[in-house]
Amino acid sequence: MDIHVNINGQAVAWRANPGENLLDVLRREGFASVKRGCNQGDCGACTILVDGTAQRACLLLAGQAEGRSLVTVEALGTPAEPHVLQQAVVEHGAVQCGFCTPGMLLSAKALLDENPSPTYADVCAALDGNLCRCTGYKKIIEAVLDASGRLRK
Amino acid sequence: MTRKRSFKVVGHSVAKVDSMALALGGPLFCADRLPRGCLYVRVLRSPHAHARILSIDTSRAESVEGVAAVIHHGNVPRVMRTTAGQGAPEPSPYDFTTFDRKVRFVGDRVAAVAAETEAVAEKALSLIRVEYQVLEPVLDPRRAMEKGAPRIHDEPDARAVIPVPYEPERNLAAHVDMQVGDVENGFKQADVVLDREYVCQYAQHTPIETHCALGEPLFNGRIRITTSTQVPFHVRRIVAQALEIPVSRIHVVKPRIGGGFGAKQEVLIEDIVALLTLRTGRPVYFELSRGEEFISSRTRHSMVIKLKTGVLKNGTLTAVDLDVLSNTGAYGSHALTVACNCGSKVLPLYRWPRIRFAADAVYTNLPVAGAYRGYGATQASFAMEIQLDEMARAIGMDPVDFRLMNHIRKGETSPVFAALGEGGEGVEQKIDSIGLQRCIQLGTKAIGWKRKRRADRGPVKRGLGMACLMQGSSIPGVDMGSAFIKMNEDGSFNLLVGAADLGTGSDTVLAQIAAEVLGVEVSKILVRSSDTDVTPFDVGAYASSTTYLSGEAVRKAAADVAAQIRKEAAGMLDVPVRSVRLKDGRAVAQNGESVTLSAVALRSLYEENQRQIAATASHITKKSPPPFSAHFAEVEVDTETGLIRVIRYVAAVDCGTAINPALAEGQVEGAVLNGISYALCEEFLFDQKGRMRNNSFREYKIFCTRDLPEIQTILVPTYEPTGPFGAKSVSEIGINGPLPVISNAVFDAVGVRLREAPYTPERVLSALGKL
Repeated sequence: MDIHVNINGQAVAWRANPGENLLDVLRREGFASVKRGCNQGDCGACTILVDGTAQRACLLLAGQAEGRSLVTVEALGTPAEPHVLQQAVVEHGAVQCGFCTPGMLLSAKALLDENPSPTYADVCAALDGNLCRCTGYKKIIEAVLDASGRLRK
Repeated sequence: MTRKRSFKVVGHSVAKVDSMALALGGPLFCADRLPRGCLYVRVLRSPHAHARILSIDTSRAESVEGVAAVIHHGNVPRVMRTTAGQGAPEPSPYDFTTFDRKVRFVGDRVAAVAAETEAVAEKALSLIRVEYQVLEPVLDPRRAMEKGAPRIHDEPDARAVIPVPYEPERNLAAHVDMQVGDVENGFKQADVVLDREYVCQYAQHTPIETHCALGEPLFNGRIRITTSTQVPFHVRRIVAQALEIPVSRIHVVKPRIGGGFGAKQEVLIEDIVALLTLRTGRPVYFELSRGEEFISSRTRHSMVIKLKTGVLKNGTLTAVDLDVLSNTGAYGSHALTVACNCGSKVLPLYRWPRIRFAADAVYTNLPVAGAYRGYGATQASFAMEIQLDEMARAIGMDPVDFRLMNHIRKGETSPVFAALGEGGEGVEQKIDSIGLQRCIQLGTKAIGWKRKRRADRGPVKRGLGMACLMQGSSIPGVDMGSAFIKMNEDGSFNLLVGAADLGTGSDTVLAQIAAEVLGVEVSKILVRSSDTDVTPFDVGAYASSTTYLSGEAVRKAAADVAAQIRKEAAGMLDVPVRSVRLKDGRAVAQNGESVTLSAVALRSLYEENQRQIAATASHITKKSPPPFSAHFAEVEVDTETGLIRVIRYVAAVDCGTAINPALAEGQVEGAVLNGISYALCEEFLFDQKGRMRNNSFREYKIFCTRDLPEIQTILVPTYEPTGPFGAKSVSEIGINGPLPVISNAVFDAVGVRLREAPYTPERVLSALGKL
């Protein structure tokens, strides 16, 4: 079947099998930032934005993306102009292996889009579904809080 | 203790060199660039804990459209070896082959299929017919060595390849012991003797990226394996061994790695990928599912530890007897060396005059243990530090003062260093740097150890606990790291290292070391790690070695390159070589005249005395200087629900010079949270047939942001004279604290000792007599 989505600002049509999940289709289409950590909706490494909300691509059938607007980290920033969140995680030493980072960034972006002045507890709640085994989360949370401050300015 | 040094790059928290590329979501991991026409692998796994394969019929699987190859014990070479990624000859027994006629745990390999898609491969698996003769399993490590227990490794070709005890006929995978002085006499002299048993559980690293590897035929008889590994050179050697082909036919590339923590110090899937690549002549990709990662990759060795200690009323230690029973599961990966480290990374911390240590690692029909951050020190520190807390209270001393009185000092040694190595004798060493006293002082202050404790209100009680820790830095006399540096036209340098950055930031740390020596910014150092065709050898990322061992190789190579540059520049400036220094990207003479490094490079490449300015250096260490650490926690125990909540955690650590303080903190924070998660909730649960019941993140809980306590890291600088710019290791030590610290804090809160982990609400309520 064909599915029609807007991915990172571009309208595209993808071929997909009816049983396929969105994660597999995204990776096949070259959006390598969307990671497969468990394929069961538990780790959050495949978090993307679907119509602005953070969702796990592995829990969506490709067909459920029909007509939706999707955002992956590929669209968040560029080497010349990284997003403030990307700048912040780099500066705070919040990236260790980096495998969970794209999902973390999008969960954080969904939070900041909705709540520009989150508290520490708000950030913890928003990132709760994104597992990281390297950092102990501390520097990630600090980076998101710092980014929120910079974005408000 | 601290030598004042001022560095331009070392000691600064420069951004991790790969972090922006990772934050931008670049396709940097193994799974991110699969070639067109790639085949996918799935593995058929044993449903039985212990069984013989009587027959296997793959004909229906092979006839499925889209299946390219099916491999099993009948059509691949049988080469006994170990999966442990260690230096050759390995201290782990050769008790494993690609596919065996026997399966030894639920999840053991039976066959593998390569097919056009994962779905086709799965379908083919379901059509493989296997006839098993089910055998009685060994599921309790305490009964593994009993007379009449089923023998797990009855194959005649299982063997140890170094002269160490190995008795598969009684399920003994490894044994180590040592003794100093008359321990019984020491217990007789003691005013207080404690003799307790501690039990810690099966748990897993759970890197968020599971094990994955891509094989590609290179059409010249060679294959390339891109793999998520901590040990690229060991992968090359062990895959060559498994396939009975020369090392020269294998090219191993390590891309960015999505975490390892020891799980990827193991050649776990690359043999299958290599076999199928050669057999099909096509690219082959294999990625473990999360469920497979849990059951079929590696785990921490679960242990039963008996610890007996004696002490005088005045706090003087008289004797210690540490007895370890380690469960290595179905194969003996790291069985011996983890057992050794229970003694060598724990006993030297205190001045025991009499020591007995013995450890048995036994086979069971349960998932396979391996290297996991902490590597035996986690388990033995758990027993030791809880018992010291109990001991201090028994003689009426503050647990902090008791440790301050008894810990090893600068200039001292321990007989354990010489007696216990990794598989054999160790290396005698003196402590040249130790900041433990300062760690204890600063930690005590940060947690408020001496403050008047708040009166508890209601059923929720608060308590404080602490522990002291040590680890090592590399395996002395065994492990080797090397580096190659060459200079480019613009004054940049390629730094090629075999050391494997698995997300820790070692590329950055090594770049900082090179940059410091060469007088340039980190951005001028282009790091490549690791590629067996390109980078020089390194044993890989394990044993807390990269900064200390590989870092010194980098420093030596950089010093050689710096000498070549100074000589070249001296000629250009017409000054003596000794008057030239490298600074801010220039070679500067004493008289103030200077040339840019770019000018030096251009001249040497194109104009005069033409040659490549470059150097290679290797390093092997004669000692393994321990980092030291003091950990403190404040916990709340709900006496009605049994739930423990860590409120605050303070980790003060002496890692010598922190080459990159932010990255060092990150290592501590990650290790501490992993340790807290292990202490409170992580545990493999098995059914009566040895099947893991909770092999998903939904059922095997690891800590997330909402569970996070306040964690404070205090870096206590010392200067280790044998390390690069004074550095020691930092990556492992932090995980050893939470098990004992939380148990000690719970005792402080509610007066019961938890000696079995994890400290679940059930165990807490049971200890409180409420269940």
